[in-house]
Amino acid sequence: MTDSSLPGALVADAEHDVMDVLGADVAVPQPNRFSDGVKIVLRFVAVFALAMLVWELVKFIGGTPWRYTTAEGALFDFTWFPPFEFKIANDLNMPHLWDIFGALIQPAQRNGPPLVNVLAQAAVVTMAAALVGFIIGTAVGLLLGTIFAHSPLLERSLVPYVVASQTIPILAIAPMVVVWLKAGWWSVALLAAYLCFFPVTINTLRGLRSPDPRALELMKSYAATTWATLWKVRYPSALPYIFTALKIAATTSVVGAIIGELPSGIREGLGGAILNFNQYYAIVPQKLWATIIFTAIVGILFFISITLVERVMTRNMRKLES
Amino acid sequence: MASPVEKTYSDRQKAPSDTTRVSWLERVRYYLPTALIFVAVLLLWEGLVRGLDIKQFILPAPSAILDAFMGSLAQMVNLGIYTGTEALGGFIIGCALGIGVSLATSRWTTARETLLPLAIAANSVPIIAFAPVMNNWFGVSNQFSKMAIVAVITFFPMMINMTRGLTLVDPSALELMRSYAVSEWKTLREVRIPNSLPYMFNAFKVCSTLALIGAVVGEFFGGTRDALGVYITQEAAQFRFQNSWAAIIIACILGIGFYLLIVALERLVIPWHASVRKTEE
Amino acid sequence: MSVVSISSVNKVFGKAPNQTIALQDINLAIEPGEFISLIGPSGCGKSTLLRIIGDLISPSNGVVLVNGKPAPQARENREYGIVFQAPVLFDWRTVEKNVQLPLEIMGQTPSERAARANEMLELVELTGFQKHYPYQLSGGMQQRVSIARALSFNPPLLLMDEPFGALDEITRERLNAELLAIWARTQTTIVFVTHSIPEAVFLSTRVVVMSARPGRITEIIPIDLPQPRDMATRELPRFYALVTQVREALRGGESAKG
Repeated sequence: MTDSSLPGALVADAEHDVMDVLGADVAVPQPNRFSDGVKIVLRFVAVFALAMLVWELVKFIGGTPWRYTTAEGALFDFTWFPPFEFKIANDLNMPHLWDIFGALIQPAQRNGPPLVNVLAQAAVVTMAAALVGFIIGTAVGLLLGTIFAHSPLLERSLVPYVVASQTIPILAIAPMVVVWLKAGWWSVALLAAYLCFFPVTINTLRGLRSPDPRALELMKSYAATTWATLWKVRYPSALPYIFTALKIAATTSVVGAIIGELPSGIREGLGGAILNFNQYYAIVPQKLWATIIFTAIVGILFFISITLVERVMTRNMRKLES
Repeated sequence: MASPVEKTYSDRQKAPSDTTRVSWLERVRYYLPTALIFVAVLLLWEGLVRGLDIKQFILPAPSAILDAFMGSLAQMVNLGIYTGTEALGGFIIGCALGIGVSLATSRWTTARETLLPLAIAANSVPIIAFAPVMNNWFGVSNQFSKMAIVAVITFFPMMINMTRGLTLVDPSALELMRSYAVSEWKTLREVRIPNSLPYMFNAFKVCSTLALIGAVVGEFFGGTRDALGVYITQEAAQFRFQNSWAAIIIACILGIGFYLLIVALERLVIPWHASVRKTEE
Repeated sequence: MSVVSISSVNKVFGKAPNQTIALQDINLAIEPGEFISLIGPSGCGKSTLLRIIGDLISPSNGVVLVNGKPAPQARENREYGIVFQAPVLFDWRTVEKNVQLPLEIMGQTPSERAARANEMLELVELTGFQKHYPYQLSGGMQQRVSIARALSFNPPLLLMDEPFGALDEITRERLNAELLAIWARTQTTIVFVTHSIPEAVFLSTRVVVMSARPGRITEIIPIDLPQPRDMATRELPRFYALVTQVREALRGGESAKG
């Protein structure tokens, strides 16, 4: 992920050092990364399972009466009158999970492909914009963070704005960006990038400042160039910081892409789908819920990918974590 | 002895904050480049718009935005109050729930260790996608629908940070409390909660930003014209950008004000913490 | 020609009203092959002096020559190695890659580097640990790696800033003996900062006693214990006499200040 952000001429050197960081030839026993990855995925499965359980439990206690008779095509007879009646838990506000999953295999529109296909395509559109935004945002963030770390004057004059812009609801400018860039796919990606670069800039700066002062003295005692110090000490030390930011940026890029689609009139992505199905919520709420589930999955996919890359790249830095 | 190199390196960037020792003039000089950039950007913006004759509906000049802002100041203030209420209300609900849950689980290691990873996982979901659902649940024009989405968005970072603050305690401090044979409750009050305060304020800072984003974006999905998000979208759709930008100024003032309020509160509540302390020694 | 020659060096931290005088009028010449210890209370500027020799910080005034050249030029020529109190190893590099770091920066080929690193690890008795990561080693082993790294490019001068300060007494005594053996084999000149009187006496050819506020050299005590030194040296009456002498010199510095 980080290589893609490097200026072309530097890639060779960078690769070499990234390999250093990766510890290309390792003979010592390594923590089992496979089980690590499985654990992360399982964690998300658990979140989903738990959420679904709570969901149906709430409906069981206070939802619309459950009526399933074989006459209406159900596989079994079942009727249940919940003891309470919560407005939130009725079938309009919280459709049954099986209705939501059922909606996925039914056509999204009359004679059209099933909803799951439509949403999968929308997810690809949104993911592409989010990914491009993530890459651009990360690249800009790494570059700015590196520049600020080496230029006190620039840091002093510009970083207050980076911080200030984090405290303001930057998404408010989304409608403007979309109009400037002619409501295209790129405006969505750019908005995602814009949201990503803040955390990456700040954490790169922090990370590059994080090495033990004596490690920097050591490099000075070798009369090492700024460049060598950057690649051999500062970037490796900054990795944990950078990955923290990348995990934030992963989620933010999806948020940015979805919100970028709202005012842009782009209807191919998940944001468009949310707007679209939101209009029919009163009739078929399960379509909006199905879209939200897809959105959640996209966000989680991004997050998991970054977490796994982090595990691989910082696996020799266990000591730092503990 | 503080290592001289540590001093020259890490303190290089520190703003002269100690008012008793550093003169007013020095602070002005320190922040001068920052201020100059601000003025330069505004001048460049104004100059470009005028020089290149950029149409109002593409990019309004700062002066036009200021005119729009001052021209409808009362309306702008109302927009700010309306959306600010939503953000603050949701912030209070979400943070209270987050703090409550982590306090309730801090005693039970199992509950904590199950919930924390789940919260981290849930936090990676683009929660904002739930905004239209909240609008449907509580009514588009009901301010509570925006408070609800803000509450959900702020809940997770609050809970994650608070739980960390309550658990990442110096083990010897816990042993000390144990040696005094004090109750679990007393340990919570004397050790865990004070330890969690810096984490709590960090979460407050993150959540203050998230709260405003949540409220404004929730309004993108629909609401009354009293709301910032609705106003910005509608004015932009009709190419009255100077009005949108004027509303964004209000959003910025809200955001920075909210943030500064928390920083001020932090200085008041935890003056002993390193992030707040003014002098390094 | 002296390896290190320091004349009239002063170092002041901070600006006019609240400045600290870290070092005042320091004069010292260190000859080739010497083992010099700088000892003194906290705040006497011994680490500052070490850093000035290494051009990690600059003196406020005065002249520092290393091998007859100004300190900055000696640093550019990589004429000294440095060891800190903490090992300062890079967690993401294996032991051998850590030792190779200065060689990498100096542009040696991978095969040259590997050969040299193996040689150095043998010197500090860590053969077989090439592929280990720092977190897999004990504190004493980590410090030996850092010594190997400092010696890897054969510097004529070795600067050591309380290198064994964080280790337990038993490990410290063993490493003291090992360091003397390395010093004898490599003929390197060593400048060694320490808090420990027995350590200074055991290791050094001369002990430089410093006092605090302002940091000054109060006394230079030649150590005439026979070479080579070993565990038995610590039992000699002369050893005790010298320890007492250094201790009294340190006290004298304190009372003079008070």
